Amino acid sequence: MLTLQFIPHTEIERLTSEQRIKKLFDLVREKKIVLLQGRLKPDEEIQLIQKTMEKIGRKFKGIELCTIYPNSPKEELLIQKLKNLVTRFLLGDSGGITIIGPATIIKEIKRDPDKIQLFTKVK
Amino acid sequence: MITTIKGFFENFNSFMLNFFKKKKQLRIGLYGPPNSGKTSIANKICVDWIGEEMGKVSAIAHETREVKEKQSIRIDHGRKHLLFNLVDTPGIATRIDYEDFLKHNLKEQEAKKRAKEATKGVIEAIKWLDNMDCVLVVLDSTENPYSQVNITIIGNLAAREIPVLVIANKIDLKKSSIKKVESAFPQYKVIGVSALKGKNFNELYGEIFRLMK
Repeated sequence: MLTLQFIPHTEIERLTSEQRIKKLFDLVREKKIVLLQGRLKPDEEIQLIQKTMEKIGRKFKGIELCTIYPNSPKEELLIQKLKNLVTRFLLGDSGGITIIGPATIIKEIKRDPDKIQLFTKVK
Repeated sequence: MITTIKGFFENFNSFMLNFFKKKKQLRIGLYGPPNSGKTSIANKICVDWIGEEMGKVSAIAHETREVKEKQSIRIDHGRKHLLFNLVDTPGIATRIDYEDFLKHNLKEQEAKKRAKEATKGVIEAIKWLDNMDCVLVVLDSTENPYSQVNITIIGNLAAREIPVLVIANKIDLKKSSIKKVESAFPQYKVIGVSALKGKNFNELYGEIFRLMK
C-alpha cells in the first residue's frame, strides 16, 4: 500500500534544521511519500542527502527528492518582495512543493520547469 | 647579535611568504551527478597542463568514490596564468542500490562494496564543498538538467557564494542539448564540451580565467 503524507509548512516552520530533516527522514524511513508545503533551505537539502547516505543499507536504498517552485510574478511590488524575503528568512520558504520518498517505492521523479511526474514501483 | 636579528627577519619573511603562497593556492572543484564526466574532464585538464591523468573512468556509475586532488596545476591563457589545485569529487546521488551494479556484471560482493564506498564518497564530496574557491558543475548534456541533485548542488554553491561555471559535457552525442542546460540555469554561464573528443577546452580555460580574475 502506498501512503502519501501531506506536511503543511506550519508544521516545520518553527523547527530547527536538524529537527526538520529528522522529521522528514523518519517519515520516509516509514515508507511514506511526503508532500511538503514549501521547500527546505539548500543547506538542509544537502544535509538530508548526507543523512540518507549514512543510512543506506540492505533495506534502505536512499530517497528521491524533488522541489517545484513557482516563479515569482514579474509585476510583484517591491514591498511585497521585501515582505516575502523577511518571511522566508524568519520562517523558511512556504512557496512551492517538495516531494520526498523512499527509493524502494519511487522509481523516478521526472521534472521539467512546471510539472513533476512521479513513477512508483508499486503495482 | 646583528646576525641573530637578521636571521630572525629572514625566517619571518620566509614564513610570511610561504603563508601567503599557501593561502593563494586556489582550489577548483568538479561537482555533479554520477557519470556526468567529471573525471574525464579532470583527466583532460591534467593531461593538457601537467601531462598526466587524474583518475580512472568507467561506464559504471560511481567509479570515483574518493575525493582526489591534483596539486599546482598551472594553466596559461594569453599572457596570464592561473595556479590552482584541481579537486575531482564522487558523483552526488540521493540513492545508491548495489543491485544496479549487478546489471554491469559485477559480482554481488563487489557490487555491495562499491555501493558502500559510493555512499561514503557522496558524504566526503559534500564535506569538501566548503573548501572550494570555485566549482565547475559538470552535467551530462544528454540528460534532463532539472534533476534535484543538480539544483541542490548549485543552490548550495550559491548559498556559500562560491563562483560557479556550468559545464554541459558530452556535446559530441546526438541527444546533447546545451540549450536545455542553459534554460535550467539561466543565471550561470554554461559552456559545452566533449571530454571524450577534447572539444571546446580552450573556451573552457578562457571561462575559468574570467571566473577567477
